[in-house]
Amino acid sequence: MKLFSYFFAGLLCAAPLFAEAQSVIKVDGSSTVFPITEAVAEEFQAANNAKVRVTVGISGTGGGFKKFCRGETDVQDASRPIQSSEMEVCKKEGIRFIELPIAYDATVVVVNPKNTWLNEIKVEELKQMWAPEAQGKITKWKQINPAWPDENLKLFGAGSDSGTFDYFTEAIVGKAKSSRGDYTASEDDNTLVTGVANDKFALGYVPLAYYSENKAKLKAVAMIGGEKSPLKNKAVLPSKETVENGTYYPLSRPVFIYVNEASLKRPEVANFAKFYLANAERLVPQVKYIALPKKAYTMGEQHLTKKKLGTVFAGHSDVGLKVEDLMKKEAKE
Amino acid sequence: MSNQRDPILKNIRRRKVVDFLFSLAGLLSLLFALVTLLALVVDLAVTGVPRISAEFFMNFPSRFPEKAGILSAWVGSLCVMLTTACCAIPLGVAAGLYLEEYAPKNWITQLIELNIINLAGIPSITFGLMALGIFVYKLELGQSILTAGLTLGLLVLPIIIVTTRESVRAIPNLIREASYAVGASKWQTIRYHILPYSSGGILTGVIISLSRAIGETAPLITIGALTFVAFLPTSPVQSVFPFVSLQWLKDPFTVLPIQMFNWLSRPQAEFHVNAAATGIVLLLMTLVLNGVAIYIRYRFRKKMKW
Repeated sequence: MKLFSYFFAGLLCAAPLFAEAQSVIKVDGSSTVFPITEAVAEEFQAANNAKVRVTVGISGTGGGFKKFCRGETDVQDASRPIQSSEMEVCKKEGIRFIELPIAYDATVVVVNPKNTWLNEIKVEELKQMWAPEAQGKITKWKQINPAWPDENLKLFGAGSDSGTFDYFTEAIVGKAKSSRGDYTASEDDNTLVTGVANDKFALGYVPLAYYSENKAKLKAVAMIGGEKSPLKNKAVLPSKETVENGTYYPLSRPVFIYVNEASLKRPEVANFAKFYLANAERLVPQVKYIALPKKAYTMGEQHLTKKKLGTVFAGHSDVGLKVEDLMKKEAKE
Repeated sequence: MSNQRDPILKNIRRRKVVDFLFSLAGLLSLLFALVTLLALVVDLAVTGVPRISAEFFMNFPSRFPEKAGILSAWVGSLCVMLTTACCAIPLGVAAGLYLEEYAPKNWITQLIELNIINLAGIPSITFGLMALGIFVYKLELGQSILTAGLTLGLLVLPIIIVTTRESVRAIPNLIREASYAVGASKWQTIRYHILPYSSGGILTGVIISLSRAIGETAPLITIGALTFVAFLPTSPVQSVFPFVSLQWLKDPFTVLPIQMFNWLSRPQAEFHVNAAATGIVLLLMTLVLNGVAIYIRYRFRKKMKW
């Protein structure tokens, strides 16, 4: 018996130099969701005495889904729901996932503080500005509304790899990724903030967190949602309340994490997902996002334990739906 | 008399004015470059220096800007540099020596030389794409320190080869002939004469190439380097047998430029201060590396007596 244990000790010693790989939870995806996941990962590692390693990358929602559907990552940060093309890839690779909304984000239409003529804007007016047909044609403020000045309209918006771009175009123009191309596009929202802050005749859209940090340099424009909006033709400014009750229409949306079902079999990934939902309500406001109602997180936990696979979106964003209603919907794979 | 000399004097005066104007133009160009650089550095320093403290070096990144630090980033940068040096220096120096001392002077060698010089000018992102295809997907090394080290190693390899060749070429042929004359073989000549005499130049090249590699971001982002890493690579020294571990080579990592870029794109101004502080750390690291390079060159020049 003793000889046996010596033998085992010997085997252990001879273990190759690369042995003892610590388990790593790999998260990648949207830069919008990054601050939330970063906060959760920070707390999660502290709670586990740094025994579990969490890495968070920024590949953008689209780039992240490519990795996620190849099975390279365990959790995907997404600032929009998974698209049908991405679902097909996942299906082909045999990757099944659970979709969990984790916070609200809102996109804010901003102008320069010196802009006196624009306090509220209709969705149709924004559509006129940003639709692909406007390219090269709509170049002056006056062309959209005769009351506005006869000056060059300078547009600033998200770059085409960003989930914000996908959502804005879907909500305003009506089709994801369909936008005019002749505007200043940047993946770095600080560039957009600076651009709008330095030009009286500029208009742009940025995530809410960037507007809140730069309230002195930017002016938010109230949205008039129109017929589909809960408040019809009343102008609504973005705020915690208007995003939560869904009246800031149509530019507020939930953001998600997608968890690979196969990874959930590893206890540390399952714990991470549970920890995420249990702490989101506290951590989300700390990184300047708006937390979902408590019910949404408990529903998420149920989805997790019951393994509700697939997405409730049929491959595109549903504009302006309440999160609780969303989560009740039938999920598709 | 004076009428005859006048045109000559005039000519001289005119030339002196042109002379002066040119030196002025040169000085102004230099000042332009220096002032721009100085303005950038001073701006960075004014924003960043107050943020630098022992804690900044010892903390992991965090969602609270005042608690966030660069521990994982500088350790990551250091590990990647070490791997880069380990794979690029032996390869580069050996390749340079071969090309200069052994390779037959024919068109194949010339083709290789031409390609190496071309490689030195290729945009770094191309190396990143190649590394993504070969190291990450084909060899399945993942987004690890090893992948990053190999990628940056390939990136700086041409620089090391070129500088090695140049410093080897600078050694007078007399030395080689003298060595052969006393019966030394080719290898002995290289080992005891060529390498020691050229090591100043080679080391300078090595350090310059490392200081280029330390600031590279594009190829690392291409291979999928991560942004949030709040742990250190596995320690190379272990308490259990076999006491050393190479696991750190396979660990995920982040580096200073990526951390800096991430903080810069945050909405909160406090994170921008962190980015400036990281920039200063990076700048100082490069400066120290370059300083070491200058010092080594100086010492070796003093030692050489031909």
